Amino acid sequence: MVVGKGKSFLKWLSRWKTEHEAMLDDFKYSLHLLRRSPLSMVGLILISAFVLIAILAPLLTKYDPIEQDLPSRLQPPCWDNPFGRDQLGRDILSRVIYGSRISLRIGITVIAISATTGTVLGVVAGYLGGIIEEIVMRITDMFLAFPSLILAMAISAALGRSLENTVIAIGIVSWPRYARLARGLTLSVKEEQFVEAVRSLGASRKRIIFSHILPQCLPTIIIQATLSMGGIILTAAGLGFIGFGAEPPLPEWGVMISDGRNFIMREWWVSTFPGIAMLFNVLGFNLLGDGLRDVLDPRLRR
Amino acid sequence: MNFRAFVLRRLMLMLIVLFGVVTITFVISHIIPADPIGAILGPRAPDELIEKLRHEWGLDRPLHEQFINYVWNLLHGDLGKSIRTNRPIIRDLMERFPDTIELSTASMIIAVCFGIPLGIVSACRKDKIPDHVSRVFSLFGISLPVFWSGLILLMIFYYRLNWLPSPGPYSTYLRPPPVVTGFISIDSLVAGDVGLFIDHLRHMILPAFVLGFSSMASIARMTRSSMLEVLRQDYIKAARSKGLKERAVVFNHALRNAMIPTVTIIGLNYGSLLEGAVLTETIFAWPGIGSYITGAILYLDFQAVMSTTLLIAFTYSLCNLIVDILYAFLDPRIKYG
Amino acid sequence: MSKEKSLLDIRNLKTYFYTYKGVVKALEGLNLRIGANELLGLVGETGCGKTVTGLSILRLIDSPGKIIGGEIVFGGEDLLKLSENEMSERIRGKMISMIFQEPRSSLNPTYTVGSQISEAIRLHQRVNKREAFERSISILRQTGMPDPERIVKEYPHELSGGMAQRAMIAMALSCDPELLIADEPTSSLDVTIEAQILELIKDLISKFRASVLLITHDLGIVAETCDKVAVMYAGNGIEYGDVRDIFKRHKHPYTEGLLKSVPKLKMRGELYTIEGTVPNLITPPTGCRFHPRCPEARKKCSELKPPDFEVEPGHSVSCFLYLDQEKRE
Repeated sequence: MVVGKGKSFLKWLSRWKTEHEAMLDDFKYSLHLLRRSPLSMVGLILISAFVLIAILAPLLTKYDPIEQDLPSRLQPPCWDNPFGRDQLGRDILSRVIYGSRISLRIGITVIAISATTGTVLGVVAGYLGGIIEEIVMRITDMFLAFPSLILAMAISAALGRSLENTVIAIGIVSWPRYARLARGLTLSVKEEQFVEAVRSLGASRKRIIFSHILPQCLPTIIIQATLSMGGIILTAAGLGFIGFGAEPPLPEWGVMISDGRNFIMREWWVSTFPGIAMLFNVLGFNLLGDGLRDVLDPRLRR
Repeated sequence: MNFRAFVLRRLMLMLIVLFGVVTITFVISHIIPADPIGAILGPRAPDELIEKLRHEWGLDRPLHEQFINYVWNLLHGDLGKSIRTNRPIIRDLMERFPDTIELSTASMIIAVCFGIPLGIVSACRKDKIPDHVSRVFSLFGISLPVFWSGLILLMIFYYRLNWLPSPGPYSTYLRPPPVVTGFISIDSLVAGDVGLFIDHLRHMILPAFVLGFSSMASIARMTRSSMLEVLRQDYIKAARSKGLKERAVVFNHALRNAMIPTVTIIGLNYGSLLEGAVLTETIFAWPGIGSYITGAILYLDFQAVMSTTLLIAFTYSLCNLIVDILYAFLDPRIKYG
Repeated sequence: MSKEKSLLDIRNLKTYFYTYKGVVKALEGLNLRIGANELLGLVGETGCGKTVTGLSILRLIDSPGKIIGGEIVFGGEDLLKLSENEMSERIRGKMISMIFQEPRSSLNPTYTVGSQISEAIRLHQRVNKREAFERSISILRQTGMPDPERIVKEYPHELSGGMAQRAMIAMALSCDPELLIADEPTSSLDVTIEAQILELIKDLISKFRASVLLITHDLGIVAETCDKVAVMYAGNGIEYGDVRDIFKRHKHPYTEGLLKSVPKLKMRGELYTIEGTVPNLITPPTGCRFHPRCPEARKKCSELKPPDFEVEPGHSVSCFLYLDQEKRE
């Protein structure tokens, strides 16, 4: 029976493959282009390293990231503490490693919230048009009139300092971009033939939006999400630096850099290493995002 | 639609957006915090004091009344009073805003002067070594956290190498010039104090460079992609077929078209420069609105935070308006459309 | 073989494009001749290499394309051996000019029409700005442009398709070239405007005593305008001759098929199509590239590429069917 099921699955698979041959061809070509771009590959490696480090954090660290050891405060880098210790004697290496978890959490949560709400709002606005579209677009304009960090700062200040509030603040700041993007995509997809065809078959508006238009927007939205990850990490760190973000003793990178700013001249390691970690992190996302964008740009493909 | 109609329409749009900005700031400052008074006075304030202030500040009024009051005050230039400095916020901002503008403008000049040539070289030598180098360089630029690079560079160039002066707008033994415009650079020249002027510029080098670096990267990238797009066009081929040498093709034909979208990026970057100012002014002890707002946050000076946010949003919107109009002006298809 | 001295003589031109999917052999040993004061039509289906030919002559092939072999003899010298500088200074815009399919996108949108024509003039002639400007107006007038003094100050997007094409023609002829390459100059224009532009081209080349290489897929245009015709298929020239030779006494099976595919007014029944599809130029057919679709194909056709056989004076075919015919002469 299992063999029977397996066989029919394979049959279905080969039929699916021939039906979607064009799409698969496209995908294979994209992968090829991506592989040919060394910078994107470097980006992919960096991101994978980042994710791995975040997941394997407990296995990689000897010291507890929040355990203080005041007698050894501000110890310079040594064999035992390759990144040195901070002003409360905590091992900076473990804090940096655990910090990657926090950044990853913030990034994923923010994207999850803002991308979904923004995209849905944008698609609905784009499809329904008229007054609804106008209103939604004006609202996004209003949000986009603030530089993102500034708005996030104002919202954080109002909400108070906590990791959750940071996520909410950055989420509120991020959704307008997805809404604009989704609306733009919807406008162009709307004009395509197959939408008219489906409408003439009697599909309801809800069905058209969710089963037809939304999937078309997904690739671009995903690219945008990858591209924005770097910015989210930078914004979160910026907030941490100013005094929001994760509350102590959580080892958020921005907060760590801020902690070290008074010692920067002599005990430089406190601020330096979290910054380097963040730099490579964001760099990885930007490299991959760049590569993806080049690959999917229809005019650069031959 | 002709140019004038375009400008008018864009202005109308900006006014609507500004109204929205004011509304959003209102929402943030009056609806979101559970207890704004408590946030301001701290957890140990006695209840009667809280009630008294609440009444005094009109916070027990219905929301729409509060909103109208808010807008009314804004239109009269009343941005509230700072708990920290005990002065009208608008005065604080007027004093400090020119310093931030000075720094941002210097950063922008650096960014444009280095970024555009970098982008051009990158586009013309696509996929060769200069292109790869400049792309990596640009990627570093936009991935750098500006507050971190500020700290590190300060440590290296001031503390370790002593090449650049200590943080601050000018050396501590010097006196500030009499206020004419509020811009130290201009005022010092007006007062004839060239020494101060040069000293001030020296102090501006590091912060302007740190701030300008990521804008430089972003402008280089935009210039590159814009140039590549333009170089693919038919009229470039036609220009070559006329017998134009490659250099003329790039500088006379390609660049003119490529610069148009780059101008918008410059505008958007001004916004990120304002953000960067917020993050770096404390590091460089720069007395602008950036350090003002960070100070206000630490002090829980809520009014100051909101009012400064409003000012920044207004500046950014104005910047975008100018850029949009400039874009329309530069592209004959829109100007004479 | 024609004993006339040709203006342009392309011999065995090979242009390849090195793409991700493989090497596209766009031109595989193309031979072409254009005489003085002659209007040669270069016809073929889309993708047969006509545009690539035009661009190759002026060496405007961008990467990933490359001209890898052959000779383009013009005025006694091989253009492929000249340096880039020499091409820009002596040939492009001066001896050989080109006009493109989409006139409005072939003009820089940020410069006025006048400045672009003046630019062409000042590149190759020693005149000052004012004089160049005057000449631009005069040459625009010669192209039949109404109100040239006003047009000269306008931007490309403000012109209609026909006017833009006149401006392009003015720009191309401004330095009195000997050869004008016209790449589908009327494909984007209305039929009425098309007729005008073609008339204009015919008129101007007799006035300027130039030759034209008219690249098109439209046989109607060729029949009406050209003196000589060269038919291309998949990167090769497969027939060449007088307009009358090609239309009335065509020899190549592909030419036959092409002419049969043109629907005629009194036709009934199904439209004729040539069987098969245009070949993949990365893995083109061996021997004669048309052989898989040819109703007269023989074994030899898949083995060797047929050379040019002259079946009548000035009329040559690249097909083994005529091997014997030439032998007989």
